[in-house]
Amino acid sequence: MTRLAAFLDSDLAWSFRHSPVTVVAAIVAVVSIVGAIGAPLFAPHDPFDLAKLDLLDAFAPPAWFDQGKAMFLLGTDDQGRDVFSTILYGTRISLAVGVASVVLSMVLGTGLGLLAGYVGGVLDAIIMRVADVQLSFPAILIALLINGLARIAWPDAAHAGIAFWVIVLSIGLSGWVQYARTVRGSTLVEARKEYVQAARVIGRHPLAIMFRHVLPNVTGPVLVIATIHLATAITTEATLSFLGVGMPPTTPSLGTLIRIGNDFLFSGEWWITVFPGVALVTLVLSVNLLGDWLRDALNPRLR
Amino acid sequence: MAEPALVEAQELGRDFEVSRPWLERKLGRLPRQWLRAVDDVSFRIERGRTLALVGESGCGKSTVARLMVGLHEPTRGRVRFGGIDLSQAAPAEMLGIRRRMQMVFQDPYASVNPRWRVRDIVAEPLRAHGLINERGALRDRVAELLTQVGLASRDGDKFPHEFSGGQRQRISIARALASDPEFLVCDEPTSALDVSVQAQVLNLLQDLQAQLGLTCLFISHNLAVVEYVASEVGVMYLGRLVELGPVGAVLARPAHPYARMLLDALPDLDMTGRPRTPVAGEVPNPLEPPAGCAFHPRCPQADARCRVERPLLKAIDSGVLVACHAMEEGRLAPGAATPGRATDRIPS
Amino acid sequence: MCNLRVEFVTRRGTLVAVDDVSFDIAPGEVLGVVGESGAGKSITGTAVMGLLDPPARIAAGEIHLDGRRIDRLPPRDLRAIRGRRIGAIFQDPLAALNPLFTIGNQLEETIQTHLPVSAEEARRRAIALLVEVGIPAPERRIHQYPHQLSGGLRQRVVIALALCSEPQLVIADEPTTALDVSTQAQIIRVLKQLTTERGTAVMLITHDMGVIAEAADRVAVMYAGRIVEIGPVREVIHAPKHPYTVGLMGAIPRLGKLGERLVQIDGAMPRLDAIPSGCAFHPRCVRAFERCRLERPEPMVTPTSLAACWLHAADG
Repeated sequence: MTRLAAFLDSDLAWSFRHSPVTVVAAIVAVVSIVGAIGAPLFAPHDPFDLAKLDLLDAFAPPAWFDQGKAMFLLGTDDQGRDVFSTILYGTRISLAVGVASVVLSMVLGTGLGLLAGYVGGVLDAIIMRVADVQLSFPAILIALLINGLARIAWPDAAHAGIAFWVIVLSIGLSGWVQYARTVRGSTLVEARKEYVQAARVIGRHPLAIMFRHVLPNVTGPVLVIATIHLATAITTEATLSFLGVGMPPTTPSLGTLIRIGNDFLFSGEWWITVFPGVALVTLVLSVNLLGDWLRDALNPRLR
Repeated sequence: MAEPALVEAQELGRDFEVSRPWLERKLGRLPRQWLRAVDDVSFRIERGRTLALVGESGCGKSTVARLMVGLHEPTRGRVRFGGIDLSQAAPAEMLGIRRRMQMVFQDPYASVNPRWRVRDIVAEPLRAHGLINERGALRDRVAELLTQVGLASRDGDKFPHEFSGGQRQRISIARALASDPEFLVCDEPTSALDVSVQAQVLNLLQDLQAQLGLTCLFISHNLAVVEYVASEVGVMYLGRLVELGPVGAVLARPAHPYARMLLDALPDLDMTGRPRTPVAGEVPNPLEPPAGCAFHPRCPQADARCRVERPLLKAIDSGVLVACHAMEEGRLAPGAATPGRATDRIPS
Repeated sequence: MCNLRVEFVTRRGTLVAVDDVSFDIAPGEVLGVVGESGAGKSITGTAVMGLLDPPARIAAGEIHLDGRRIDRLPPRDLRAIRGRRIGAIFQDPLAALNPLFTIGNQLEETIQTHLPVSAEEARRRAIALLVEVGIPAPERRIHQYPHQLSGGLRQRVVIALALCSEPQLVIADEPTTALDVSTQAQIIRVLKQLTTERGTAVMLITHDMGVIAEAADRVAVMYAGRIVEIGPVREVIHAPKHPYTVGLMGAIPRLGKLGERLVQIDGAMPRLDAIPSGCAFHPRCVRAFERCRLERPEPMVTPTSLAACWLHAADG
């Protein structure tokens, strides 16, 4: 049996095929991700090329309205940018921020969790108390705090260029606790198992045991958390951008788009904010549903 | 003794802290609490011999096994391997010693990493000690080891979940043998296995020991298994050795009342209809061990002295070491095993 | 109970865990069911209790209790029978007891659920039961919680709990496996004594031949979902007729047999999805011949027991 065939025959693939909600969520997520990555290919317009923008196109409603223009499917914003295209580009940035901050959280949290669980003692106490303290603040507050510090450190001029990394850092540092706690718990269980003891008897270095033996056996829950965390990270980014401390309007994420559009909501140009909002909700929901499915499918007790 | 023992435990002791967490302890003004898992255990195993430790759960036999291979640091006493005190050994020296001692664990489902291929599991000691670095030679050695424990060399490509419990235990044994150890610690290697598979693994261990001249420490709760594999046996109760001697002498004529009780509790498989004296009570909480001889609350021979003074191991006529006041004082006749026991113990 | 067949319906097809198993237990008799892991002994016990959960189901066969067929009863009636007339003892006494209630609470509640007695009467009976299973100072013990008792005492309480409703049948699934040897002997003694005194039928499921030898009157040896041999304990142990039983007995290390090599049965119990054709034991059997590979043996009468093996065929 080839690897692909083996995978298609696995329990995971089976539970996937038998959950219509998951299949739909997966399709939506894949379409969003492909659309976002290939934004320059799929977008009918380049909304950030100032040379191609025409203020006369501003505030065009979606194409199916009387004043709509066929070339702007979901209408345009105050600067005449095509809303559909900005959504594709915005999703791209939102996803990039989400993935990068999840990776940061995951690496940081998994590493610290492994250390805390395997080494134990004082190190464990320090790491976990820091985690406890951080957990008593909402993640968004932590992100705002880190963001604020970064803004003081780098003045506005430099900030626009590094806004992406600042926001990744803010969200990434605010989310490691959950990984650390889960990994620490699984590590405590695994470290007691006899294969780890056997490796100690063989005389392997503790780091080798942690990464070669324990790590592969604690990654299951980490992947589940990461998937659900991706949805949270995208929402957090949107929230930060909506509050004006996230991505700048020159490289807008979905959150930035919603904030920009929000100014025009009451003057009747609802599409500028609603369509990015719908895109955000669809993306987050589909990722969340995938995460839920993954959690159930990997949990032997629920099967 | 002409030849020095390969492995020696000297007044070995190990405590575990079982206190409440620090904050809770300070708030509740609770003292720190220690569990004396192993206390004053001394024995020596000569090259090529097998010492078995028997006892019920919680008697400290597995802790002794872990102390011997350095998985736990002793709180008191020392472990000597080939004359070297493990606690004094330099890191480099210790790595060399690690190569020479290996362990086989109890749970075949937990003792091999489920994410590794069998080939890598068996090769781990070889790689860790840099014994064989060339790929082809490594592959050949792993194939040889797998064949040696009764598996096929192509089994190396599989993952552990494709094997039954008995086969996994063979994988464990192959891994333990990879670095050509001299000393093998087996911690209840068959107690999680079915009888027919247990027989396979016990026979395999016996063959390998004879072939390779291994020295073994064998931990078990099953006296019949012990008799099958061991040359010497030590009976443990609440962290201490109560009887130590050649397996034939101890099992045929157990001296310590606890050893007698253990033998007596064995199910009578041959249905000889031998009378069984009911054994009262259970193993007490090791956090609050009885004073004096730990066995006195359950011992029919206990008197005032047993309740206050802890007996030490003393040799009796047969050369067996026994820690019992009654034996020492002659209140309990040596070898006066349970009625009926002595006769049906003589092989016909 | 006869021709019981339990299947697991999975997405990979139907697995037969217990196939064509028949036996009976008389009042006051202890039937030992012995086999290695995967032999189907626990599933048989669960099926008799009517506790099979999907995907497992009884696909064929009948179970009778005291002349009444019980495997087709609606869930409500079955529950009543299970509590009232069938008692259960499991391997892990801690899991069988509710940690939040005292021993007394649990016993009294169970008694009152099944018997129309007053609270005082229930308490009196609870104490009497505890005395019966050999728990010292029961008046004090009934106020204690399960975690305050040792393993042996807990298992005694579980036995008392199973006896509350004065059942006709007790199913004990590995009742001594979690206990130390010295405690094991005590529990077997209690179990044996109670059944003799009360005339309760006991189905004792275990992997330990020693326990069977001590406690059972008759023994059924299971292999790959079938009974390969069934007969009186003494005869089966001293003169086993099925090659599997012979191997099993030879594989058990015994005291006083110094220097003898253990008999080993090569190979392992087949998985449920790969049970060999004909006699399921033939690939591991030293005496297998052509017929074993092709035809499935039915239980055959031997001088001492029933053995499902072609070696004992009347025409062979």
